[in-house]
Amino acid sequence: MPTLTYRDALNHALREEMARDPDVFLMGEEVGVYQGAYKVSRGLLDEFGPMRVVDTPITELGFAGVGIGAAMVGLRPVIEFMTWNFALLAIDQLVNNAAKMRYMSNGQVGVPAVFRGPGGAALQLAAQHSQAFESFYAHVPGLKVVMPATPADAKGLLKSAIRDDNPVVFIEGEMLYNLKGEVPEGEHVVPLGKADVKRAGRDVTIVCHSKTVAVALKAADELADDGVEAEVLDLRTIRPLDTEAVLASVARTHRCVVAEEGWPFAGVGAQVVDTIQREAFDELDAPVLRVTGADVPMPYNKQLEKAAKVDPAKVIAAVHSVLYRD
Amino acid sequence: MATRVVMEALSPTMEEGRLVEWKKQEGEAVAVGDVLAEVETDKAVMELVARAAGTLLKQVVPAGATVPVSEPVALIGEPGEAVDNGKPTPAQKQQGTQPAPGPPPAPAAEAERAAASAPAAAAPTPEGRVKASPLARRIAAERGIDLGALAGSGPEGRVVLRDLEQAPAAAPTHAGGPPAPHPILRTPEGAAFTDVPLNQLRKTIARRLVQSIGPIPTFYLTTEVDMERAWDAREALKTLGDGPKVSFNDIILKAVAAALRQHPACNAWWQDDHIRYWHEVHVSMAVAIEDGLITPVIRNTDLKSLREIAAESLDLAERARERRLKPEEYTGGTFSVSNLGMLDIDEFTAVINPPEAGILAVGRIVEKPVVHEGQLTVRRRLRLTMSCDHRVIDGATGARFLKTLKAMLENPLAMVW
Amino acid sequence: MAGTAVPRPRTRRRGLDAERAEEYRGWLRQMILIRRFEEKAGEAYSLGKIGGFCHLYIGQEAVAVGSLAALRADDYITCSYREHGHALARGLSPRAVMAELFGKAAGTSGGKGGSMHLFDASLGFLGGHGIVAGHIPLATGMAFAIKYRNTDQVAVCYFGEAAVNNGAFHEALNMAALWKLPVVYVCENNRYGMGTALERASAIYDISERACSYDMANEVVDGQDVLVMHAAMERAVERARADKHPTLLEVRTYRFMGHSMSDPIHGHYRTREEVEDQRKRDPIAVWSQRLIEEGIMDQAGVKALDKEIVDEVEDAYRFADEAPEPAMEELYSDVYKES
Repeated sequence: MPTLTYRDALNHALREEMARDPDVFLMGEEVGVYQGAYKVSRGLLDEFGPMRVVDTPITELGFAGVGIGAAMVGLRPVIEFMTWNFALLAIDQLVNNAAKMRYMSNGQVGVPAVFRGPGGAALQLAAQHSQAFESFYAHVPGLKVVMPATPADAKGLLKSAIRDDNPVVFIEGEMLYNLKGEVPEGEHVVPLGKADVKRAGRDVTIVCHSKTVAVALKAADELADDGVEAEVLDLRTIRPLDTEAVLASVARTHRCVVAEEGWPFAGVGAQVVDTIQREAFDELDAPVLRVTGADVPMPYNKQLEKAAKVDPAKVIAAVHSVLYRD
Repeated sequence: MATRVVMEALSPTMEEGRLVEWKKQEGEAVAVGDVLAEVETDKAVMELVARAAGTLLKQVVPAGATVPVSEPVALIGEPGEAVDNGKPTPAQKQQGTQPAPGPPPAPAAEAERAAASAPAAAAPTPEGRVKASPLARRIAAERGIDLGALAGSGPEGRVVLRDLEQAPAAAPTHAGGPPAPHPILRTPEGAAFTDVPLNQLRKTIARRLVQSIGPIPTFYLTTEVDMERAWDAREALKTLGDGPKVSFNDIILKAVAAALRQHPACNAWWQDDHIRYWHEVHVSMAVAIEDGLITPVIRNTDLKSLREIAAESLDLAERARERRLKPEEYTGGTFSVSNLGMLDIDEFTAVINPPEAGILAVGRIVEKPVVHEGQLTVRRRLRLTMSCDHRVIDGATGARFLKTLKAMLENPLAMVW
Repeated sequence: MAGTAVPRPRTRRRGLDAERAEEYRGWLRQMILIRRFEEKAGEAYSLGKIGGFCHLYIGQEAVAVGSLAALRADDYITCSYREHGHALARGLSPRAVMAELFGKAAGTSGGKGGSMHLFDASLGFLGGHGIVAGHIPLATGMAFAIKYRNTDQVAVCYFGEAAVNNGAFHEALNMAALWKLPVVYVCENNRYGMGTALERASAIYDISERACSYDMANEVVDGQDVLVMHAAMERAVERARADKHPTLLEVRTYRFMGHSMSDPIHGHYRTREEVEDQRKRDPIAVWSQRLIEEGIMDQAGVKALDKEIVDEVEDAYRFADEAPEPAMEELYSDVYKES
């Protein structure tokens, strides 16, 4: 199995899907001539031409709406946002148009579109460029929210997202683009709505997604040295949430920590905790704890930024707490 | 056939509108879109426009009238056409009342799961509630382990899974054991209070009393009545021997009914958009029962003899205490009497029983020194306080009623005068 | 400026083409249908049979009728939330539209869309949309899809003049001109965005000039004359279909009713005199008068047509009133398409 970066895994998914289905096209800022702000679309303009790899003006609302309009009449656009920070300019299009068209039209008009780009913090990009917005979109019925953590999942989930008949918010990780991993060639499709046990363990479940998967795996390694077997459950899809997998894992371990990059208030973890306390109450030996980004705009200073982010030490501390190991 | 012009909902929240001014007069020609009248809504003055062309045959309501939405205000048709008052036939009326859709189906599985995951109640110990994780609780229940006997190792002594791992399994608990005593029946010593859930009757009382003291602008009138002659009259009735025992309350009920007959302004209901003055007198009497109060009604009180009132009030009070009154026996009163004299209350104010506009609060008869015919002497006196809904009864109106009542009690023959 | 919204028609008046008499009568029929339908909808709203917001099209009928008559069956149409008239002119049945306003299962969106969200995908009628200007990029995207598939369809987008101050308008028009998309933007300038007059909201008075920023073809059109409207739309549609060039039409019209059912006809923002003055150019009166003058119809014919339409609207009302409510299971259907 070849080893690819996360970036190239996405590139392969796009290339394969565009080759498979002539209705699939890519649109966004710098996706063509520039080869992609993060080089995800490298080579696609040459291969598919300017009608299918469309450079847009810096006009997020506008091209998101263009993509939705094209999807309403049957095309399958992949709309790239240079980052999800900029996509806030387009959130009206996603929430009021993409998410609601099928319902408002009683099933007559769907929006089979993918909106993708990197989310979350990178390094020292400061407050306006370091934000995790998955809970914003996951709040909205009608949208699906997908967040791959590994190169293999990046490819398999993007192929599923493009083939899905619903609008899919596909949030990548800027810090993940260089992550390497084995990726199956050709038809590798990961279904939406299915979480994945990235590491099995019997003492505690660490629920995570996107960048926090790597953080959780590192924490699990250190905990193993200490005799604690942590199970790392990667949600992969935020909406629809794989509650079955979460509950099954908690039923095995009886303790749970939820790690996410975003802010704590009304975050994805809050939804996971709600599900657990409601449906696995009698399985719990301790309250479920959350590890989140600090409840502040992201600071620029390197030390402050580090303090604001989720890291393995914070996850380990939470695991100790739910194991009553103080 | 003439077209009905109805009061339209000219704002999303409008329930009624005041027709400020007619812009078209009867007999005038109207075209679709013509302004017929100006209507004051809850928000603004709007125009009511014609939706049919023809001649304005009839203005069903005058300018200044307040009309509920969908009620007719005018008729438009051909000149000379016969007109009614624009009221809809029953069939027409039905059109406006579509059954509202029922509540959406709850995701059933979710509700069931929620119910199933309710925590098993742990037995409270004398020290108080045992802290335990949900998992520890479940396993303890399955194995019959007494959580209270374990030392919890979690925060603040919480019993967690590891504390159970060494615990000996006890005999399983019997599901069919004696039921836990109802919390109301146990009064823990030294407890500052006991929480008792509201029963339906208490809820109804609360709702109605709040309804009363809140939106009803109430004022109070108090008078003191000399009861010597009423006392003598009652003593005299006692000597008649047969028939029911007549209480002072019965005498007061009779007097109130007779006084209401003379003061119909106090025998009325507030009806939100109108006042209903009753031609019949039905006096409600407040009866204390075990966990509340209820107000059975003596129908046509003014037409009944004291003897009939005495018998009926005795019967109603008894059945009230047994909770055996039929709804029609405690509704439809036109005025209320509440008596706390038997509980040694000198005087009090009673809460109006809506939609009635008045209630009389009766204190105890007390012997006290008063100046009577220029002499300081000891007389039996009674203090009466009337609560009045000011929207119906004005101060002088209530005062005149009380004056009549006082006169009747001080001179009982006046009741049959 | 107030009260002078309707310019003198630019086209010189010529005689009507006798061979098109049937088409001309059809326009009048559609305009009267919209008028009577909206009057009935207003009545139903006042009786509580229609809920929520309800924006009537009375006064603007010639715009939808004249412009939609220039389209083909396979063209795409998107509208704002004042779209009952466009739906009827596009051929959605009065019964289905009225049932949607009543929230019934037989409505165009099964009762789940309401007055602001009428759809019929089979007619290319892709929605009334409730966010001012939010649908302008959608029409642009439909035009992109047409270009992508290399067909000769046209996408048309209707919106009010208040939408042109919104970023979505500019972003969409820029891309449409940049990429030469086959789209016609029909700005129905009825002079008021809710209660705010055009000149209190826009730095320039002539909305058509906005197109100059994007080097886009544009025209000011008298929206009270269906013939003028139709001719202008034919030019714009041809420009899109044949030349792949977008157009911005500024159509000057006037709404005779309030912004919505809870807004008075004149209120604080315009005078009774202004409304009455504008009513003198009622598009239905203008066109029926013209047809009578030209001998294409007579007074009796117009009256008979009106009667026929009143009956049709009554039928739609009865149908909607008696139609069943949606099944409660519909609450959860069509949130997602199950794959």
